[in-house]
Amino acid sequence: MTIWDPRNETQPREDLDQLQLERLQATLNRVHRSVAFYRRRFEEQRFDPGDFRSLADLRRLPFTTRAELAAHHPYGLFAVPLREVVRLHASTATGARPVVVGHTTRDIRTWGELAARVLSAGGVTRDDVVQIAFDYGIFPDGFGFHYGAERIGASVIPTSAARMAHQLEIARDYRSTVLLAPPSVARSFADHLATERIDPKTLFLRVGVFSSEMWGEPLRRDLESRLMIRAADAYSIGEVMGPGVAGECAERAGLHLQEDHFLGEIVDPATGEVLPAGATGELVLTTLTREAFPLIRYRTGDLTRLDPAPCACGRTLARMARVAGRTDDMISVRGVHFFPGQVAAILTALEGAKPRFVLALQREAGQDLLEIRVEVSEGMFFDGMRRQQQLVDEIGRRVQEELGLAARVRLVDPRTAAPGESPVRVVDER
Amino acid sequence: MLKVRNLEAGYGPLKVLRQVSLHVSAGEIVTLIGANGAGKSTLLRALSGLLAPRGGEVLFDGASIRGLPAERVVGLGIALVPEGRQVFAAMSVEENLVLGGYVAARRGRDGEGTARALDQIYGLFPILRERCAQLAGTLSGGEQQMLAMGRALMTDPRLLMMDEPSMGLAPLVVRDIFRAVQRLREEGRTVLLVEQNARAALRIADRGYVIETGRLVLEGEAGFLLRDREVQRAYLGKGYRDVWE
Repeated sequence: MTIWDPRNETQPREDLDQLQLERLQATLNRVHRSVAFYRRRFEEQRFDPGDFRSLADLRRLPFTTRAELAAHHPYGLFAVPLREVVRLHASTATGARPVVVGHTTRDIRTWGELAARVLSAGGVTRDDVVQIAFDYGIFPDGFGFHYGAERIGASVIPTSAARMAHQLEIARDYRSTVLLAPPSVARSFADHLATERIDPKTLFLRVGVFSSEMWGEPLRRDLESRLMIRAADAYSIGEVMGPGVAGECAERAGLHLQEDHFLGEIVDPATGEVLPAGATGELVLTTLTREAFPLIRYRTGDLTRLDPAPCACGRTLARMARVAGRTDDMISVRGVHFFPGQVAAILTALEGAKPRFVLALQREAGQDLLEIRVEVSEGMFFDGMRRQQQLVDEIGRRVQEELGLAARVRLVDPRTAAPGESPVRVVDER
Repeated sequence: MLKVRNLEAGYGPLKVLRQVSLHVSAGEIVTLIGANGAGKSTLLRALSGLLAPRGGEVLFDGASIRGLPAERVVGLGIALVPEGRQVFAAMSVEENLVLGGYVAARRGRDGEGTARALDQIYGLFPILRERCAQLAGTLSGGEQQMLAMGRALMTDPRLLMMDEPSMGLAPLVVRDIFRAVQRLREEGRTVLLVEQNARAALRIADRGYVIETGRLVLEGEAGFLLRDREVQRAYLGKGYRDVWE
């Protein structure tokens, strides 16, 4: 598949290192000059951007958190005067106030370029008719993909968020070949096709690029077969820019992070320690070219890993694994950090157990303890004690192996969780 | 072709350049723009061996040239067209050019080679051929600038560094000079252009860097920088003449 910007996407790593250093130094000089928050930060750390020599020096700087962005709502962290900002978006609010993200003219142009890279990697070409079912609003996804698709030269249909009947009518009548949507919307679209008994062969879709929500391989297989498309994952993060930050190529070996515009680090979500290449942890991003709203070491809360090895597709940009969890969900028991998703993965692999469970944090004899209450399939309860005990032991053994934590496992009735309730719950009973 | 990392340079107690990192790839025109006193000329002096850097790395084709004397730097294929032309006023145009070829002659270029080099430069600037016997001091500012460029080109450099070539020149003359720069690139040469006339420089450049008080604050494709409102406000304001309009 075409590489949109071969010069930048396939450059040797040593050239990329040089470019990253240049752009990082320039960004640090700009935020030091123009953003009081960062200047104060740097002074507290006795850090002078004029002494910044290598990417490793970045580790001397503190992280920037979402709470800090919210505390400077709305314009406190802008690096240019408002009159140079031509667009304002907000990032999705997880609880607190949304974060206002400004773009200069150049930011918007860069955004279009990077979104074009991601769409090209996903298989979109200038001959495509691209239906964008992301909401065009204050959240950036609709606009970001729109710029990218236009840059490629495709025919863009901004359907935005609409009823599935309407999306379908457009897809069929306008002969859309590409669907850009959150994966949950793509699923609703596929469901609608099924309900209406419409054969996907009567549509013209061939590619889907889905982003902004976590989605896994099972949903990919489902969407690919039900819509008869190739589905690619893209990484979007509103605080940093929106879509265009990273995207999957045809190799499906991770999402290429646009490292000439964003510097990625992987840190231990609990200690903040920078982890070696290949380790899974929290993605921390520093913007290298953003003008209006630069971010230094922003903790994304997204769990992934980075692989700097060159890809078979020819791109030299590092690949991040598909985001598999959020640090918001991280649980700590006796100094061991893990995520409900890891437990779900263990349970999915075992026959008889369901990936529906409660993680109960308890305290016994002054010790924190994890109890996993696993729902079992109907048949299991009639299988007798021995079979049940085997399952309990197996879950315990695998949790010990993979999380390094001894947990107490109990099997519970499949009707324990109320219908519609989240299949995974964490309760603190300490 | 040229990679600069964390270059520091200054005069006496004065630190002019602080951790300057930039690169120029083969075949590019890269411009460095910034206000008077930002450190642009200091950078070119430090790169060309006229001023010893205090820190950092300068790599030319992967080999360090930091701190090499100017004549060695020229020998490697880097030539500087200095600010204010600095032609030898009491010598003829052709004598100035031949003198520029001295390094090449010392490395074994014969009279025929020198004649060929002269011919090339006269092809680029026909006015210099017309005035080849005239004393350089009697040339106009624009002609002197052409002569300064010609003198640098006599060493057959792969990288040509130019310091404020448009300074003090009439708009039409600036246009001629910049067209010559574009032609040099078409011939396969690489150019690092330092300019206060940001708009004219960005129009012919591939990429640009913006320097402020010795630190780089922006980098990007020239077209992007030209449309950048921060750059426009700071460097392309009404005070600047637009030589192309």
